[in-house]
Amino acid sequence: MTNNVNPLLQMQNIKKDFFGNQVLTDINFTLGEGEVLGLCGENGAGKSTLMKILFGMDVIRETGGYSGDILIDGKKVEFNTPFDALEAGIGMVHQEFSLVPGFTATENILLNREPCKKNIVSEVFGDRLNTLDYKEMDRRSAAAIEKMGVAIDAKMVISDMPVGHKQFTEIARELSKDQLKLLILDEPTAVLTEKEAEALLESIRGMAARGISVIFITHRLHEILAVCDKVVVMRDGYVVRDVPTRETSVEDITKWMVGRDVQSAAVGEARTNDGGRTILSIKNLWVDMPGETVRDVSLDIREGEILGIGGLAGQGKLGIPNGVMGLYEAGGKVEFNGQEIPLNNPRKCLDSSLAFVSEDRREVGLLLDESLEWNVAFPAMQIQEKFLKKLLGGFIKWRDEKGIHQVTQKYIDELQIKCTSSKQKAKELSGGNQQKVCLAKAFALEPKFLFVSEPTRGIDVGAKALVLEALKQFNRESGVTVVMISSELEELRQTCDRIAIISGGRVAGILPAAASSEEFGLLMVSQVV
Amino acid sequence: MSTAIVLPEALKKMGFPRLIISGFLLVLFILTPFVGVDLPTQITNIINRFSWNAVLVLAMVPMIHAGCGLNFGLPLAIICGLLGGTLSIQLGFTGPMSFVMAVLIATPFAVILGGGYGLLLNRIKGGEMMIATYVGFSVMSFFCMMWLLLPYSSPTMVYGLSGNGLRPTISLDGFYNQTLARLLEIDFAKIAAALHISLGPLERIKIPTGSLIAFALLAFLMWAFLHTKTGTAMTAVGSNAAFARAAGINVDRTRMLSVIMSTWLGAMGILMYQQGFGFIQLYNAPNNLTMPTVAAILIGGASVNKASIPNVIIGTILFQGIVTMTPTVMNSAIHMDMSEVIRIIVSQGMILYALTRKAEGAK
Repeated sequence: MTNNVNPLLQMQNIKKDFFGNQVLTDINFTLGEGEVLGLCGENGAGKSTLMKILFGMDVIRETGGYSGDILIDGKKVEFNTPFDALEAGIGMVHQEFSLVPGFTATENILLNREPCKKNIVSEVFGDRLNTLDYKEMDRRSAAAIEKMGVAIDAKMVISDMPVGHKQFTEIARELSKDQLKLLILDEPTAVLTEKEAEALLESIRGMAARGISVIFITHRLHEILAVCDKVVVMRDGYVVRDVPTRETSVEDITKWMVGRDVQSAAVGEARTNDGGRTILSIKNLWVDMPGETVRDVSLDIREGEILGIGGLAGQGKLGIPNGVMGLYEAGGKVEFNGQEIPLNNPRKCLDSSLAFVSEDRREVGLLLDESLEWNVAFPAMQIQEKFLKKLLGGFIKWRDEKGIHQVTQKYIDELQIKCTSSKQKAKELSGGNQQKVCLAKAFALEPKFLFVSEPTRGIDVGAKALVLEALKQFNRESGVTVVMISSELEELRQTCDRIAIISGGRVAGILPAAASSEEFGLLMVSQVV
Repeated sequence: MSTAIVLPEALKKMGFPRLIISGFLLVLFILTPFVGVDLPTQITNIINRFSWNAVLVLAMVPMIHAGCGLNFGLPLAIICGLLGGTLSIQLGFTGPMSFVMAVLIATPFAVILGGGYGLLLNRIKGGEMMIATYVGFSVMSFFCMMWLLLPYSSPTMVYGLSGNGLRPTISLDGFYNQTLARLLEIDFAKIAAALHISLGPLERIKIPTGSLIAFALLAFLMWAFLHTKTGTAMTAVGSNAAFARAAGINVDRTRMLSVIMSTWLGAMGILMYQQGFGFIQLYNAPNNLTMPTVAAILIGGASVNKASIPNVIIGTILFQGIVTMTPTVMNSAIHMDMSEVIRIIVSQGMILYALTRKAEGAK
């Protein structure tokens, strides 16, 4: 692929510790010009830290720097700030968007690098008052979008864009930089629909053909196989494998990532439960959740089953649990165990033994600044008066620290939550472990009915399997009815008995888990708005 | 490779501003004998001022816990206390009874006005601190008029010539001056006299036991409240309101409760302050306590959304220590009145520092 003597990027013996805690050990790999490197590993394996070192992020310097050498075109470099890295031709697209919502795509793509024209005022007061050359801007952003190979509307304001297009705008911004040699994509497909992800992969191939090297971080392994020239697998701060893609498979990579065999659960586990009693009945539900509007959903959920709700992003599948649980404005009729549950009142749902694990871990799911104990025990304490000692004949309800500690410890063991102690703050855990804390919180409520929304979003393969297994076990052993909402069809098919597909804010159809992917695919696009 | 300053973990935990202020206070203590200032008198002053101010600082805690930020609307709470104090005198109560009545009368005002204040703060989530500042100013200005217009008639309080309108400063002699401070007071001079021994400079130390016990009681109740179900809910609301809502907590009601608690504690705080200080101060006076009180809890290590009882105690001691020590020690040392300047730099600087920290946390 590369004819240069020196590859574009060489990482040599990179080591990094955070206050004595070794997170990277002897990282070595090389990346040639126009090569696409897939970087994968479980959460906490050190991928992000490595990329932060490469991109010269402040946090690395503040925590004592790193050791080892980074060579670009054979010359040793050291980036103290991201600006140095940008200068050297490295671009990075982060998981979180850094775009100005009120600006158009073009304005965002060329932000602070706009071509300018002189005017009278700027002649007098200096270049900072130059007029923007909109024609040239349009041309450059069009060129960048063209380079990317995915059509997005350059004139559209960011806040009006679907999430996928925001991602593409970020990529276009990096591509518009002439000196760009290496592009780092940190889980770019996590927020994309399958079709958009496909387009992104296509555009990565295009970039590589133009001689831009790409480091592609993703949890979706088939994407790595589809576009990457080689795969670097990390585990616990080590590079465990560095192989050409064509010599490997999803199974191999998974095995290397987790260091153990992950059996992909057979779809055959699904049960049929046609005679089951209806436990939750949703009639004509509408939910006003921005980006996930539910228009008219009627669903009957049978006691003891695991019902999956799938569908494309933005079609309303996330609105259903949020609406039923009263977190977004909703209307319609919801009956649980034959009794109507008032909408728009979270407390009433919780009182009726419904529980909800939100898809928004950081904003809704966790008290990031508090201990795991608080996170796990809080809802059960507030709703069911568990973990409270009654003093003075019940007048004072005193927090039972010991009980809270015990229940937290129980779930830490059961769900294998990696933490230093049950007193650790939730924000210090990795994504997968945070998700387990969210589950523990719901389990501690001992609900009769559980909504789980995107339980595996942004977590790694190992944690994913554990989370899904924990859900299944909870359903089988405690007889809890579970409704699981997920964007990943495969995951639903592994876990659920029946799967309802939401399209255009309506139920497009309900199929048994064993139905073929094509059938599901047809339902997903049937009523797309 | 970078050379970042790595502080030992213990010092880091203490926080940089607290370190500077403690250091400064320590220097003042060391300087004391050299500039001819009497240390025992200074210590008595610090203890006294602590007993006056500690409850006001404690009043910051509930609102911080519920995520309503720093209570810049403290003048509202102080007005409730002032109403309690003046009405108690107006109704003819004297001695310790006037203090009890002041507490009883201030309470319904604190609940009602605090409730209204809470209602307002629930409508402007995210901008609490700015709105609170305006609430403080406007309530105070409104009461500047009311002190003149309300039909007070007690001769100890109204202007002598016209016979109506309250005076800016009202002496509490014969009412609740030192009511709590004198309760179980430890006066080393008296102890020495009773035992016929000399305790040397120690004899100049007096400890207002009653006031300290009253603070300890309120602080204990606050601590205990934060360990109850409702208190836990309050902390959760402040930590993440969306989480609390999803867990079935009525966020608005919890915030309202915190505001009422803050207002009531503030009213108690000003009554404590008055009984120690010996005067009721009206008109613009409430405003003079806001910034020092906010600064004190921040110096104690609280942030915009986390505060504990130790924060209150440490902060009040440090802040009042500086306020007491600088005029005497610094002035004797450099023969220039720097005390006010230093006090303002410390209090405003501390608030500014805390607000910048908040922005960093939000990132």
